[in-house]
Amino acid sequence: MISIVEAQETNKMIREMNLDVRTITMGISLLDCAHSNIDTFNRNMYDKITRLAENLVKTGEDLERQFGIPIINKRISVTPIAIAAGGVNSESYVSIAETLDRAAREVGVNFIGGFSALVHKGFTTSDRRLIASIPEALATTERVCSSVNIGSSRSGINMDAVKWMGSIINQTAELTADRDSAGCSKLVVFCNSVEDNPFMAGAFHGVGEAECVINVGVSGPGVVKRALEEAKDSDFETLCETIKRTAFKVTRVGQLVAQETSKRLGIPFGIVDLSLAPTPEIGDSIAEIFQVMGLEEAGAPGTTAALAILNDNVKKGGVMASSYVGGLSGAFIPVSEDHGMIEAVQKGALTLEKLEAMTCVCSVGLDMVAIPGDTKESTISGIIADEAAIGMVNNKTTAVRLIPVIGKQVGEIAEFGGLLGYAPVMPVNGFSCQSFIDRGGRIPAPIHSFKN
Amino acid sequence: MKGIITVLGKDKVGIIAGVCTYLAGQNVNILDISQTIVQDYFNMMMIVDASNAGKAFEGLVEDLQQLGTEIGVEIKLQHEDIFSTMHRI
Repeated sequence: MISIVEAQETNKMIREMNLDVRTITMGISLLDCAHSNIDTFNRNMYDKITRLAENLVKTGEDLERQFGIPIINKRISVTPIAIAAGGVNSESYVSIAETLDRAAREVGVNFIGGFSALVHKGFTTSDRRLIASIPEALATTERVCSSVNIGSSRSGINMDAVKWMGSIINQTAELTADRDSAGCSKLVVFCNSVEDNPFMAGAFHGVGEAECVINVGVSGPGVVKRALEEAKDSDFETLCETIKRTAFKVTRVGQLVAQETSKRLGIPFGIVDLSLAPTPEIGDSIAEIFQVMGLEEAGAPGTTAALAILNDNVKKGGVMASSYVGGLSGAFIPVSEDHGMIEAVQKGALTLEKLEAMTCVCSVGLDMVAIPGDTKESTISGIIADEAAIGMVNNKTTAVRLIPVIGKQVGEIAEFGGLLGYAPVMPVNGFSCQSFIDRGGRIPAPIHSFKN
Repeated sequence: MKGIITVLGKDKVGIIAGVCTYLAGQNVNILDISQTIVQDYFNMMMIVDASNAGKAFEGLVEDLQQLGTEIGVEIKLQHEDIFSTMHRI
Protein backbone atom coordinates (compact mmCIF):
# COMPACT_ATOMS: atom_id res chain seq x y z
CA MET A 1 0.00 0.00 0.00
CA ILE A 2 1.26 3.47 -0.90
CA SER A 3 2.38 5.50 2.11
CA ILE A 4 1.58 9.12 2.82
CA VAL A 5 5.30 9.96 2.42
CA GLU A 6 5.38 8.46 -1.08
CA ALA A 7 2.20 10.22 -2.13
CA GLN A 8 3.62 13.51 -0.87
CA GLU A 9 6.91 12.94 -2.70
CA THR A 10 5.16 12.42 -6.04
CA ASN A 11 2.95 15.46 -5.61
CA LYS A 12 5.84 17.62 -4.46
CA MET A 13 7.68 16.69 -7.65
CA ILE A 14 4.68 17.82 -9.68
CA ARG A 15 3.87 20.94 -7.65
CA GLU A 16 7.31 22.31 -6.86
CA MET A 17 9.79 20.72 -9.25
CA ASN A 18 8.03 20.98 -12.61
CA LEU A 19 7.65 17.21 -13.05
CA ASP A 20 5.63 16.67 -16.18
CA VAL A 21 5.33 14.54 -19.26
CA ARG A 22 6.80 16.73 -21.97
CA THR A 23 5.08 15.26 -24.98
CA ILE A 24 2.83 12.54 -26.28
CA THR A 25 3.68 12.24 -29.94
CA MET A 26 1.59 10.18 -32.33
CA GLY A 27 3.60 8.83 -35.25
CA ILE A 28 1.55 8.36 -38.42
CA SER A 29 2.66 6.67 -41.63
CA LEU A 30 1.65 8.56 -44.77
CA LEU A 31 2.96 5.95 -47.21
CA ASP A 32 -0.57 4.89 -48.22
CA CYS A 33 -1.51 8.50 -49.05
CA ALA A 34 0.68 8.43 -52.19
CA HIS A 35 -0.81 9.94 -55.35
CA SER A 36 0.61 11.70 -58.38
CA ASN A 37 -1.87 14.58 -58.06
CA ILE A 38 -0.78 16.91 -55.25
CA ASP A 39 -4.34 17.92 -54.33
CA THR A 40 -5.38 14.29 -53.95
CA PHE A 41 -2.23 13.55 -51.97
CA ASN A 42 -2.96 16.51 -49.68
CA ARG A 43 -6.55 15.37 -49.19
CA ASN A 44 -5.49 11.80 -48.40
CA MET A 45 -2.95 13.08 -45.91
CA TYR A 46 -5.34 15.50 -44.21
CA ASP A 47 -8.05 12.85 -43.89
CA LYS A 48 -5.69 10.25 -42.43
CA ILE A 49 -4.08 12.57 -39.89
CA THR A 50 -7.35 14.08 -38.69
CA ARG A 51 -8.96 10.63 -38.43
CA LEU A 52 -6.16 8.96 -36.45
CA ALA A 53 -5.36 11.94 -34.22
CA GLU A 54 -8.95 13.03 -33.64
CA ASN A 55 -8.89 12.01 -29.95
CA LEU A 56 -5.20 12.53 -29.22
CA VAL A 57 -5.51 15.86 -27.42
CA LYS A 58 -8.64 14.86 -25.49
CA THR A 59 -7.05 11.60 -24.34
CA GLY A 60 -3.98 13.51 -23.17
CA GLU A 61 -6.16 15.93 -21.22
CA ASP A 62 -8.18 13.08 -19.65
CA LEU A 63 -4.96 11.43 -18.48
CA GLU A 64 -3.72 14.72 -17.05
CA ARG A 65 -6.83 14.87 -14.88
CA GLN A 66 -6.82 11.19 -13.95
CA PHE A 67 -3.18 11.07 -12.84
CA GLY A 68 -2.90 14.70 -11.76
CA ILE A 69 0.24 15.25 -13.83
CA PRO A 70 0.66 17.90 -16.54
CA ILE A 71 1.16 16.60 -20.07
CA ILE A 72 2.57 19.67 -21.75
CA ASN A 73 2.45 18.87 -25.46
CA LYS A 74 0.45 16.64 -27.75
CA ARG A 75 2.09 16.34 -31.13
CA ILE A 76 2.20 14.41 -34.38
CA SER A 77 5.06 13.09 -36.46
CA VAL A 78 4.61 11.79 -40.00
CA THR A 79 6.58 9.88 -42.62
CA PRO A 80 9.31 12.12 -44.09
CA ILE A 81 7.40 14.05 -46.73
CA ALA A 82 10.21 13.63 -49.31
CA ILE A 83 9.40 9.88 -49.18
CA ALA A 84 5.62 10.06 -48.81
CA ALA A 85 5.34 12.62 -51.63
CA GLY A 86 7.86 10.83 -53.86
CA GLY A 87 5.24 10.16 -56.54
CA VAL A 88 3.69 13.63 -56.48
CA ASN A 89 3.93 15.46 -59.76
CA SER A 90 4.71 18.96 -58.53
CA GLU A 91 7.79 21.16 -58.28
CA SER A 92 6.85 22.78 -54.96
CA TYR A 93 5.86 21.05 -51.72
CA VAL A 94 4.69 24.21 -49.95
CA SER A 95 1.01 23.23 -50.23
CA ILE A 96 1.88 19.94 -48.48
CA ALA A 97 3.28 21.91 -45.53
CA GLU A 98 0.16 24.08 -45.51
CA THR A 99 -2.01 20.95 -45.43
CA LEU A 100 -0.03 19.53 -42.50
CA ASP A 101 -0.48 22.86 -40.73
CA ARG A 102 -4.25 22.76 -41.25
CA ALA A 103 -4.45 19.15 -40.04
CA ALA A 104 -2.45 20.06 -36.91
CA ARG A 105 -4.76 22.97 -36.18
CA GLU A 106 -7.86 20.83 -36.75
CA VAL A 107 -6.83 18.21 -34.15
CA GLY A 108 -5.34 20.80 -31.76
CA VAL A 109 -1.68 19.73 -31.65
CA ASN A 110 0.92 22.49 -31.35
CA PHE A 111 3.51 20.95 -33.67
CA ILE A 112 3.58 18.44 -36.50
CA GLY A 113 6.99 17.08 -37.54
CA GLY A 114 8.07 15.33 -40.70
CA PHE A 115 8.50 17.95 -43.42
CA SER A 116 11.74 16.08 -43.80
CA ALA A 117 14.25 14.53 -46.16
CA LEU A 118 16.92 11.87 -45.56
CA VAL A 119 19.82 12.73 -47.83
CA HIS A 120 22.83 11.34 -45.96
CA LYS A 121 24.10 9.62 -49.10
CA GLY A 122 22.42 11.52 -51.91
CA PHE A 123 19.32 13.34 -53.15
CA THR A 124 16.28 11.95 -54.91
CA THR A 125 14.25 14.33 -57.07
CA SER A 126 11.70 14.49 -54.28
CA ASP A 127 14.39 15.31 -51.68
CA ARG A 128 15.51 18.28 -53.80
CA ARG A 129 11.93 19.54 -54.15
CA LEU A 130 11.33 19.26 -50.43
CA ILE A 131 14.53 21.03 -49.38
CA ALA A 132 13.93 23.82 -51.90
CA SER A 133 10.43 24.28 -50.41
CA ILE A 134 11.61 24.54 -46.77
CA PRO A 135 12.08 28.33 -46.46
CA GLU A 136 8.65 29.20 -47.87
CA ALA A 137 6.98 26.28 -46.07
CA LEU A 138 8.31 27.41 -42.68
CA ALA A 139 7.48 31.05 -43.36
CA THR A 140 3.87 30.37 -44.32
CA THR A 141 3.00 27.77 -41.68
CA GLU A 142 2.82 27.98 -37.92
CA ARG A 143 3.02 24.40 -36.61
CA VAL A 144 5.05 22.49 -39.21
CA CYS A 145 8.55 21.32 -38.26
CA SER A 146 11.20 20.35 -40.74
CA SER A 147 14.38 18.29 -40.57
CA VAL A 148 17.04 17.11 -42.98
CA ASN A 149 19.44 14.24 -42.28
CA ILE A 150 22.73 15.01 -44.01
CA GLY A 151 25.03 12.34 -42.59
CA SER A 152 25.30 9.00 -40.84
CA SER A 153 27.95 6.78 -39.26
CA ARG A 154 27.08 4.15 -41.82
CA SER A 155 27.43 6.23 -44.97
CA GLY A 156 29.41 9.40 -44.23
CA ILE A 157 28.36 13.01 -44.78
CA ASN A 158 26.69 14.47 -47.86
CA MET A 159 28.67 17.71 -48.14
CA ASP A 160 26.53 18.98 -51.03
CA ALA A 161 23.59 18.84 -48.64
CA VAL A 162 25.65 20.53 -45.89
CA LYS A 163 26.45 23.37 -48.26
CA TRP A 164 22.86 23.70 -49.42
CA MET A 165 21.48 23.70 -45.86
CA GLY A 166 23.65 26.74 -45.04
CA SER A 167 21.76 28.57 -47.75
CA ILE A 168 18.34 27.12 -46.79
CA ILE A 169 18.79 28.22 -43.16
CA ASN A 170 19.71 31.69 -44.33
CA GLN A 171 16.71 31.94 -46.69
CA THR A 172 14.38 30.74 -43.90
CA ALA A 173 15.83 33.43 -41.63
CA GLU A 174 15.27 36.09 -44.30
CA LEU A 175 11.67 35.07 -44.93
CA THR A 176 10.85 35.21 -41.21
CA ALA A 177 12.99 38.28 -40.47
CA ASP A 178 9.95 40.09 -39.02
CA ARG A 179 9.71 37.40 -36.28
CA ASP A 180 13.41 37.38 -35.30
CA SER A 181 13.96 34.67 -37.94
CA ALA A 182 11.83 32.24 -35.90
CA GLY A 183 11.29 30.04 -38.97
CA CYS A 184 14.74 28.57 -38.26
CA SER A 185 13.56 27.40 -34.81
CA LYS A 186 11.46 24.81 -36.67
CA LEU A 187 14.33 23.46 -38.80
CA VAL A 188 16.88 20.86 -37.67
CA VAL A 189 19.85 19.49 -39.61
CA PHE A 190 20.77 15.99 -38.37
CA CYS A 191 23.51 13.44 -38.53
CA ASN A 192 22.24 9.97 -37.52
CA SER A 193 18.63 11.09 -37.10
CA VAL A 194 16.34 8.60 -35.34
CA GLU A 195 13.02 7.25 -36.61
CA ASP A 196 11.06 7.37 -33.34
CA ASN A 197 11.98 10.73 -31.82
CA PRO A 198 8.95 12.32 -30.10
CA PHE A 199 10.63 15.72 -29.59
CA MET A 200 10.33 18.66 -31.96
CA ALA A 201 11.53 20.11 -34.17
CA GLY A 202 13.30 16.93 -35.32
CA ALA A 203 10.48 14.38 -35.04
CA PHE A 204 9.45 12.25 -38.00
CA HIS A 205 7.87 8.82 -38.34
CA GLY A 206 10.49 6.56 -39.90
CA VAL A 207 9.77 4.08 -42.67
CA GLY A 208 10.68 1.17 -40.38
CA GLU A 209 7.88 2.16 -38.01
CA ALA A 210 4.35 0.74 -37.74
CA GLU A 211 1.25 2.32 -39.28
CA CYS A 212 0.59 4.44 -36.20
CA VAL A 213 2.39 4.52 -32.87
CA ILE A 214 2.49 6.44 -29.58
CA ASN A 215 5.87 7.76 -28.37
CA VAL A 216 6.33 9.69 -25.14
CA GLY A 217 9.02 12.14 -24.10
CA VAL A 218 9.60 12.65 -20.37
CA SER A 219 11.06 15.68 -18.66
CA GLY A 220 12.37 16.47 -15.25
CA PRO A 221 15.44 18.74 -14.97
CA GLY A 222 13.74 20.35 -11.96
CA VAL A 223 13.33 17.03 -10.15
CA VAL A 224 16.96 16.03 -10.77
CA LYS A 225 18.16 19.42 -9.58
CA ARG A 226 16.19 19.21 -6.31
CA ALA A 227 17.39 15.66 -5.65
CA LEU A 228 20.99 16.75 -6.17
CA GLU A 229 20.53 19.70 -3.82
CA GLU A 230 19.73 17.16 -1.12
CA ALA A 231 22.91 15.26 -2.01
CA LYS A 232 25.06 18.38 -1.89
CA ASP A 233 28.75 17.90 -1.00
CA SER A 234 28.53 14.14 -1.56
CA ASP A 235 31.07 12.23 -3.67
CA PHE A 236 30.53 11.15 -7.29
CA GLU A 237 29.16 7.75 -6.35
CA THR A 238 26.30 9.31 -4.38
CA LEU A 239 25.82 11.96 -7.07
CA CYS A 240 25.38 9.29 -9.76
CA GLU A 241 23.11 7.12 -7.61
CA THR A 242 20.88 10.13 -6.89
CA ILE A 243 20.49 10.94 -10.59
CA LYS A 244 19.73 7.30 -11.39
CA ARG A 245 17.06 6.96 -8.72
CA THR A 246 15.39 10.20 -9.79
CA ALA A 247 15.51 9.31 -13.49
CA PHE A 248 13.88 5.99 -12.69
CA LYS A 249 10.91 7.67 -11.01
CA VAL A 250 10.51 10.29 -13.73
CA THR A 251 10.63 7.66 -16.47
CA ARG A 252 8.07 5.45 -14.74
CA VAL A 253 5.56 8.27 -15.07
CA GLY A 254 6.31 8.52 -18.79
CA GLN A 255 5.90 4.77 -19.19
CA LEU A 256 2.54 4.86 -17.40
CA VAL A 257 1.24 7.71 -19.54
CA ALA A 258 2.51 6.03 -22.73
CA GLN A 259 0.80 2.74 -21.90
CA GLU A 260 -2.49 4.38 -20.91
CA THR A 261 -2.56 6.59 -24.02
CA SER A 262 -1.84 3.55 -26.16
CA LYS A 263 -4.61 1.54 -24.48
CA ARG A 264 -7.22 4.27 -24.73
CA LEU A 265 -6.52 5.11 -28.37
CA GLY A 266 -6.01 1.49 -29.42
CA ILE A 267 -2.65 2.41 -30.96
CA PRO A 268 0.57 0.52 -30.15
CA PHE A 269 3.07 2.00 -27.69
CA GLY A 270 6.40 2.71 -29.37
CA ILE A 271 9.03 4.09 -27.02
CA VAL A 272 9.71 6.36 -24.08
CA ASP A 273 12.41 8.93 -24.84
CA LEU A 274 14.61 9.47 -21.78
CA SER A 275 15.57 13.06 -22.42
CA LEU A 276 15.91 15.75 -19.79
CA ALA A 277 14.16 18.55 -21.64
CA PRO A 278 14.43 21.98 -20.02
CA THR A 279 11.91 24.81 -20.34
CA PRO A 280 12.35 28.56 -19.87
CA GLU A 281 10.77 28.15 -16.37
CA ILE A 282 12.98 28.91 -13.38
CA GLY A 283 13.92 25.59 -11.75
CA ASP A 284 13.55 23.56 -14.95
CA SER A 285 17.02 24.09 -16.31
CA ILE A 286 20.00 21.89 -17.19
CA ALA A 287 22.35 24.79 -16.44
CA GLU A 288 21.01 24.93 -12.86
CA ILE A 289 21.87 21.23 -12.47
CA PHE A 290 25.48 22.03 -13.40
CA GLN A 291 25.50 24.71 -10.71
CA VAL A 292 24.23 22.30 -8.08
CA MET A 293 26.91 19.85 -9.22
CA GLY A 294 29.50 22.48 -8.32
CA LEU A 295 30.11 24.65 -11.39
CA GLU A 296 29.83 28.41 -11.08
CA GLU A 297 28.14 28.66 -14.50
CA ALA A 298 27.35 26.35 -17.40
CA GLY A 299 30.41 26.50 -19.65
CA ALA A 300 33.00 26.57 -16.84
CA PRO A 301 35.78 23.95 -17.07
CA GLY A 302 34.20 20.68 -15.93
CA THR A 303 30.93 21.28 -17.78
CA THR A 304 31.50 18.52 -20.33
CA ALA A 305 32.31 16.02 -17.58
CA ALA A 306 29.25 17.11 -15.58
CA LEU A 307 27.04 16.67 -18.63
CA ALA A 308 28.52 13.24 -19.35
CA ILE A 309 27.69 12.14 -15.79
CA LEU A 310 24.19 13.54 -16.02
CA ASN A 311 23.45 11.98 -19.40
CA ASP A 312 24.81 8.55 -18.55
CA ASN A 313 23.00 8.25 -15.25
CA VAL A 314 19.68 9.46 -16.64
CA LYS A 315 19.92 6.55 -19.09
CA LYS A 316 21.01 4.04 -16.45
CA GLY A 317 18.09 4.97 -14.22
CA GLY A 318 15.59 5.29 -17.02
CA VAL A 319 16.27 2.11 -18.95
CA MET A 320 14.92 -0.13 -16.22
CA ALA A 321 11.81 2.01 -15.81
CA SER A 322 10.50 1.50 -19.33
CA SER A 323 9.94 -1.57 -21.45
CA TYR A 324 10.97 0.23 -24.65
CA VAL A 325 13.44 3.09 -24.61
CA GLY A 326 14.23 4.95 -27.81
CA GLY A 327 14.18 8.29 -29.55
CA LEU A 328 17.06 10.59 -28.75
CA SER A 329 17.36 9.72 -25.05
CA GLY A 330 19.86 12.17 -23.64
CA ALA A 331 19.97 15.57 -21.98
CA PHE A 332 19.00 18.45 -24.24
CA ILE A 333 21.04 21.62 -24.04
CA PRO A 334 19.04 24.15 -26.02
CA VAL A 335 20.19 27.67 -25.29
CA SER A 336 16.95 29.58 -25.80
CA GLU A 337 14.75 27.11 -23.89
CA ASP A 338 16.88 27.16 -20.72
CA HIS A 339 17.18 30.37 -18.71
CA GLY A 340 20.37 29.16 -17.00
CA MET A 341 22.03 28.63 -20.37
CA ILE A 342 20.94 32.10 -21.49
CA GLU A 343 22.49 33.64 -18.36
CA ALA A 344 25.71 31.70 -18.91
CA VAL A 345 25.94 33.05 -22.47
CA GLN A 346 25.23 36.60 -21.29
CA LYS A 347 27.96 36.38 -18.64
CA GLY A 348 30.45 35.10 -21.22
CA ALA A 349 30.77 31.71 -19.52
CA LEU A 350 29.33 29.67 -22.38
CA THR A 351 30.58 29.88 -25.95
CA LEU A 352 29.62 28.15 -29.19
CA GLU A 353 32.85 26.14 -29.06
CA LYS A 354 32.10 24.89 -25.54
CA LEU A 355 28.59 23.94 -26.60
CA GLU A 356 30.11 21.98 -29.46
CA ALA A 357 32.34 20.08 -27.04
CA MET A 358 29.31 19.35 -24.84
CA THR A 359 27.46 17.80 -27.77
CA CYS A 360 30.09 15.01 -27.85
CA VAL A 361 28.63 13.57 -24.64
CA CYS A 362 24.92 14.23 -24.87
CA SER A 363 22.09 14.57 -27.29
CA VAL A 364 21.59 16.44 -29.36
CA GLY A 365 23.66 19.26 -30.71
CA LEU A 366 23.80 23.01 -31.18
CA ASP A 367 20.18 23.53 -30.33
CA MET A 368 18.33 26.85 -30.55
CA VAL A 369 21.48 28.92 -30.82
CA ALA A 370 21.00 32.45 -32.12
CA ILE A 371 23.85 33.82 -34.24
CA PRO A 372 24.31 37.17 -36.03
CA GLY A 373 22.05 37.59 -39.07
CA ASP A 374 25.00 38.49 -41.28
CA THR A 375 26.81 35.18 -40.68
CA LYS A 376 28.04 33.79 -44.01
CA GLU A 377 26.20 30.79 -45.44
CA SER A 378 29.47 28.86 -45.74
CA THR A 379 30.13 29.47 -42.02
CA ILE A 380 26.73 27.99 -41.14
CA SER A 381 27.62 25.01 -43.35
CA GLY A 382 30.99 24.69 -41.61
CA ILE A 383 29.28 24.56 -38.21
CA ILE A 384 26.89 21.89 -39.55
CA ALA A 385 29.84 19.88 -40.92
CA ASP A 386 31.61 19.98 -37.54
CA GLU A 387 28.55 18.75 -35.67
CA ALA A 388 27.89 16.06 -38.27
CA ALA A 389 31.50 14.85 -37.98
CA ILE A 390 31.08 14.48 -34.19
CA GLY A 391 27.93 12.41 -34.77
CA MET A 392 29.41 10.34 -37.57
CA VAL A 393 32.61 9.39 -35.76
CA ASN A 394 30.99 8.79 -32.37
CA ASN A 395 27.98 6.83 -33.62
CA LYS A 396 25.51 9.24 -32.06
CA THR A 397 22.84 11.66 -33.14
CA THR A 398 23.95 15.24 -33.51
CA ALA A 399 21.92 18.15 -34.77
CA VAL A 400 22.13 21.81 -35.60
CA ARG A 401 19.29 24.25 -35.03
CA LEU A 402 20.88 27.63 -35.63
CA ILE A 403 18.95 30.87 -35.93
CA PRO A 404 20.78 33.60 -37.86
CA VAL A 405 18.74 36.51 -36.54
CA ILE A 406 18.40 38.97 -39.41
CA GLY A 407 19.23 42.53 -38.34
CA LYS A 408 20.64 41.56 -34.94
CA GLN A 409 24.19 41.51 -33.69
CA VAL A 410 26.10 39.78 -30.89
CA GLY A 411 24.59 40.51 -27.47
CA GLU A 412 21.14 41.48 -28.74
CA ILE A 413 18.16 39.30 -27.77
CA ALA A 414 16.02 37.32 -30.19
CA GLU A 415 12.46 36.55 -29.02
CA PHE A 416 10.82 33.39 -30.34
CA GLY A 417 7.88 33.24 -27.94
CA GLY A 418 6.27 30.46 -25.88
CA LEU A 419 8.16 27.24 -25.27
CA LEU A 420 10.88 28.31 -27.73
CA GLY A 421 11.88 31.14 -25.39
CA TYR A 422 14.43 33.84 -26.17
CA ALA A 423 18.15 33.78 -26.85
CA PRO A 424 21.08 36.16 -26.84
CA VAL A 425 22.87 36.33 -30.19
CA MET A 426 26.20 34.47 -29.78
CA PRO A 427 29.48 35.32 -31.52
CA VAL A 428 30.66 33.03 -34.31
CA ASN A 429 34.28 32.42 -35.32
CA GLY A 430 34.75 34.78 -38.26
CA PHE A 431 37.55 32.95 -40.11
CA SER A 432 36.41 31.58 -43.46
CA CYS A 433 35.74 27.95 -44.43
CA GLN A 434 34.40 28.89 -47.86
CA SER A 435 36.93 26.89 -49.95
CA PHE A 436 36.43 23.82 -47.78
CA ILE A 437 32.64 23.93 -48.16
CA ASP A 438 32.87 24.68 -51.91
CA ARG A 439 34.64 21.38 -52.62
CA GLY A 440 31.32 19.49 -52.98
CA GLY A 441 30.74 15.74 -52.96
CA ARG A 442 30.58 13.59 -49.87
CA ILE A 443 32.77 12.53 -47.00
CA PRO A 444 33.24 8.73 -47.14
CA ALA A 445 31.94 6.48 -44.38
CA PRO A 446 34.28 6.26 -41.38
CA ILE A 447 36.37 3.11 -40.93
CA HIS A 448 34.42 1.86 -37.92
CA SER A 449 31.22 1.67 -39.97
CA PHE A 450 32.53 -1.50 -41.61
CA LYS A 451 31.33 -3.98 -39.04
CA ASN A 452 30.12 -6.82 -41.24
CA MET B 1 -10.84 1.87 -9.77
CA LYS B 2 -8.67 2.89 -6.81
CA GLY B 3 -7.73 6.48 -6.29
CA ILE B 4 -5.60 8.40 -3.82
CA ILE B 5 -6.83 11.63 -2.31
CA THR B 6 -4.29 13.99 -0.82
CA VAL B 7 -5.25 17.04 1.20
CA LEU B 8 -2.75 19.73 2.04
CA GLY B 9 -3.35 23.02 3.82
CA LYS B 10 -3.72 24.96 7.05
CA ASP B 11 -5.47 22.83 9.69
CA LYS B 12 -9.06 23.78 10.58
CA VAL B 13 -12.33 22.24 11.71
CA GLY B 14 -14.24 20.07 9.24
CA ILE B 15 -11.70 19.14 6.56
CA ILE B 16 -12.14 15.38 6.93
CA ALA B 17 -15.89 15.78 7.43
CA GLY B 18 -16.20 17.81 4.25
CA VAL B 19 -14.27 15.31 2.14
CA CYS B 20 -16.00 12.26 3.64
CA THR B 21 -19.48 13.73 3.21
CA TYR B 22 -18.78 14.39 -0.45
CA LEU B 23 -17.38 10.88 -0.99
CA ALA B 24 -20.36 9.24 0.72
CA GLY B 25 -22.69 11.24 -1.52
CA GLN B 26 -20.88 9.92 -4.60
CA ASN B 27 -20.83 6.31 -3.33
CA VAL B 28 -17.02 6.27 -3.08
CA ASN B 29 -15.70 3.84 -0.48
CA ILE B 30 -12.82 4.87 1.80
CA LEU B 31 -10.30 2.03 2.22
CA ASP B 32 -7.63 3.75 4.30
CA ILE B 33 -6.91 7.12 5.88
CA SER B 34 -3.67 8.46 7.27
CA GLN B 35 -2.86 11.97 8.35
CA THR B 36 -0.19 14.09 9.95
CA ILE B 37 -0.10 17.66 11.19
CA VAL B 38 3.26 19.40 10.96
CA GLN B 39 3.47 22.99 12.25
CA ASP B 40 -0.27 23.57 11.83
CA TYR B 41 -0.18 22.13 8.32
CA PHE B 42 -2.70 19.44 7.68
CA ASN B 43 -1.57 16.53 5.53
CA MET B 44 -3.97 13.73 4.75
CA MET B 45 -4.01 10.79 2.39
CA MET B 46 -7.00 8.58 1.67
CA ILE B 47 -7.10 5.46 -0.45
CA VAL B 48 -10.54 5.18 -2.01
CA ASP B 49 -12.41 2.80 -4.26
CA ALA B 50 -14.32 4.71 -6.94
CA SER B 51 -15.51 1.67 -8.90
CA ASN B 52 -19.16 2.30 -8.06
CA ALA B 53 -18.99 6.08 -7.98
CA GLY B 54 -21.90 8.20 -9.09
CA LYS B 55 -19.84 9.94 -11.76
CA ALA B 56 -16.72 9.49 -13.91
CA PHE B 57 -13.29 9.69 -12.24
CA GLU B 58 -12.46 12.99 -13.97
CA GLY B 59 -15.69 14.46 -12.58
CA LEU B 60 -14.75 13.46 -9.03
CA VAL B 61 -11.32 15.07 -9.55
CA GLU B 62 -12.92 18.38 -10.50
CA ASP B 63 -15.51 18.30 -7.69
CA LEU B 64 -12.85 17.63 -5.05
CA GLN B 65 -10.67 20.40 -6.39
CA GLN B 66 -13.64 22.73 -6.16
CA LEU B 67 -14.41 21.54 -2.62
CA GLY B 68 -10.78 22.27 -1.69
CA THR B 69 -11.10 25.82 -2.94
CA GLU B 70 -14.25 26.27 -0.81
CA ILE B 71 -12.61 24.91 2.37
CA GLY B 72 -9.31 26.67 1.67
CA VAL B 73 -7.05 23.60 1.28
CA GLU B 74 -5.64 21.76 -1.73
CA ILE B 75 -7.46 18.51 -2.51
CA LYS B 76 -6.21 16.19 -5.21
CA LEU B 77 -7.66 12.91 -6.39
CA GLN B 78 -5.33 10.86 -8.57
CA HIS B 79 -5.46 7.36 -9.98
CA GLU B 80 -3.47 5.01 -7.74
CA ASP B 81 -1.25 3.91 -10.67
CA ILE B 82 0.78 7.13 -10.74
CA PHE B 83 2.03 6.38 -7.23
CA SER B 84 2.43 2.63 -7.57
CA THR B 85 4.38 2.83 -10.85
CA MET B 86 6.70 5.46 -9.40
CA HIS B 87 7.36 3.83 -6.04
CA ARG B 88 6.97 0.07 -6.65
CA ILE B 89 8.95 -2.13 -9.01
